[in-house]
Amino acid sequence: MSRAATSEVGSGFRTLLYKELLRFWKVSAQTVTAPVLTAVLYLLIFSHALQGRVEVYPGINYTAFLIPGLVMMSVLQNAFANSSSSLIQSKITGNLVFVLLPPISHIEFFGAYVIAAVVRGLAVGLGVLLVTLLFTVPPVVAPLWGLAFAVLGSGLMGAVGLFAGIWAEKFDHIAAFQNFFILPATFLSGVFYSIHSLPPTWQVISRFNPFFYMIDGFRYGFFGVSDVSPWVSLAVVGGSFVALSLAIVELLKRGYKLRH
Amino acid sequence: MKYAIEATAVQKRFGSLQALGGVDLAVEEGEFFGLLGPNGAGKTTLISIIAGLTRADAGRVKVMGYDVVGDYRLARRNLGVVPQELVFDPFFTVRETLRIQSGYFGLRDNGAWIDEVMESLGLADKADVNTRALSGGMKRRVLVAQALVHKPPVIVLDEPTAGVDVELRQTLWQFIARLNRDGHTIVLTTHYLEEAESLCNRIAMLKGGKVVALDKTANLLKRHAGAFLHLKVKGELPAALAQGAPREAGGGYRFQLASYDDVESVLAPVRAAGLHIEELQVLTPDLEDVFVQVMSGAPAQERT
Repeated sequence: MSRAATSEVGSGFRTLLYKELLRFWKVSAQTVTAPVLTAVLYLLIFSHALQGRVEVYPGINYTAFLIPGLVMMSVLQNAFANSSSSLIQSKITGNLVFVLLPPISHIEFFGAYVIAAVVRGLAVGLGVLLVTLLFTVPPVVAPLWGLAFAVLGSGLMGAVGLFAGIWAEKFDHIAAFQNFFILPATFLSGVFYSIHSLPPTWQVISRFNPFFYMIDGFRYGFFGVSDVSPWVSLAVVGGSFVALSLAIVELLKRGYKLRH
Repeated sequence: MKYAIEATAVQKRFGSLQALGGVDLAVEEGEFFGLLGPNGAGKTTLISIIAGLTRADAGRVKVMGYDVVGDYRLARRNLGVVPQELVFDPFFTVRETLRIQSGYFGLRDNGAWIDEVMESLGLADKADVNTRALSGGMKRRVLVAQALVHKPPVIVLDEPTAGVDVELRQTLWQFIARLNRDGHTIVLTTHYLEEAESLCNRIAMLKGGKVVALDKTANLLKRHAGAFLHLKVKGELPAALAQGAPREAGGGYRFQLASYDDVESVLAPVRAAGLHIEELQVLTPDLEDVFVQVMSGAPAQERT
């Protein structure tokens, strides 16, 4: 073996991304099929209870209204779950060291985890969409808007998951993050209703919920109707993504909780 | 001169614990270097700082001339670390693990070298077994293989033989010695001092986060004050002589000698008492004796 055969400089990014994709794909029954099933159960139950009784947007039946919200909720929750669970598992089992020892840059590290989260989010979202189409077919007025929010929203939640994974020291911390932040924020974001149906105070509070903008913007892609302008939502979601990404790359650079 | 590893005034504190209190250390290229010390001496902390897994509070560390913080990509490219903890990724087989590890270093087409490493470490027949299903010893081999995928010029092994059977130890040391002959610098921590004595050309001893001894192995062995005399006689030793010499399990006594001249001061009273000597042996100190002496804080002095 020749000494110092390491002059060829390649990047570890591709492999880290591949490993992150393989990680959830190898257990896709848990990571893709299960969340699709959950979303379909929501659709069945809520549309059974509310179909014909509620009309959120004129001319759009409640089941059709529900579909984009459920798709986006699945996208966001699974993007979060992917990066957070991958990182905390590696931390707890100690095999994160395999990623910390190689010359992978902070941005590459960030990118690989977040892109894998986006792919998982979109895979689950697409699964939910395909299955719900069996029940009703919603219109798709502005698909590019929908795609933009799906990608940006899952990127944002992948970044939030990455932050949670960096910060957490045990699985309980991730569960707490999920139960006390992600779950309430998604449920109160307008997945199941339009915020215009809420009392004024709650309407105001909802506007501080980033999930609201992600769901509302995504829904605009289907119906061309939304509670706030899609440009506003795009600015909020995009701005949050950029700000959080910069903060996380800085944390990675400082070795916060990963390199003690 | 470019060192394989150069640590300058490295300090690290964890809360109230001073893990490293200003460590200076330079390992030359091609050395087989031992880092010894009791548990909690700071060996793993120092290795973690070299590997970039931990940040020093003060001081700096370079690997092959590259700063481990400022030039971390080049420093890490030149370094292979076998961590002490037996960690593995349960999602992958041995070959997948090694391919992925190669990829992390930007090496895509590394199959031939992966095969060679697996062969040398006795992993070839486990190549397609999931790492989760391997025994502890086999997992240890995978960790060693992972540290070597990118052919690092500097290889650090943190207690690679802890809880490992004789066969793996021999396989491992043969392979590591070969890498050292090929020019790789090896840094080793171990609690098996006979391993360090036979393998390492130079040794640093850490205690309480400080380097308390640093020298060529041969010099360290010479530095130990004196030797030992094992003596067993028929009947009882004169009380004055037996005093201060620990009694051994077999009924003999162990005398510490400041120098070989002291042999006479033990034998003269024995002769005077007319005792018959059953066993007599002069023992030169091994690394363990040196270690105990250094750790107990006794001044190290040249043996006369």
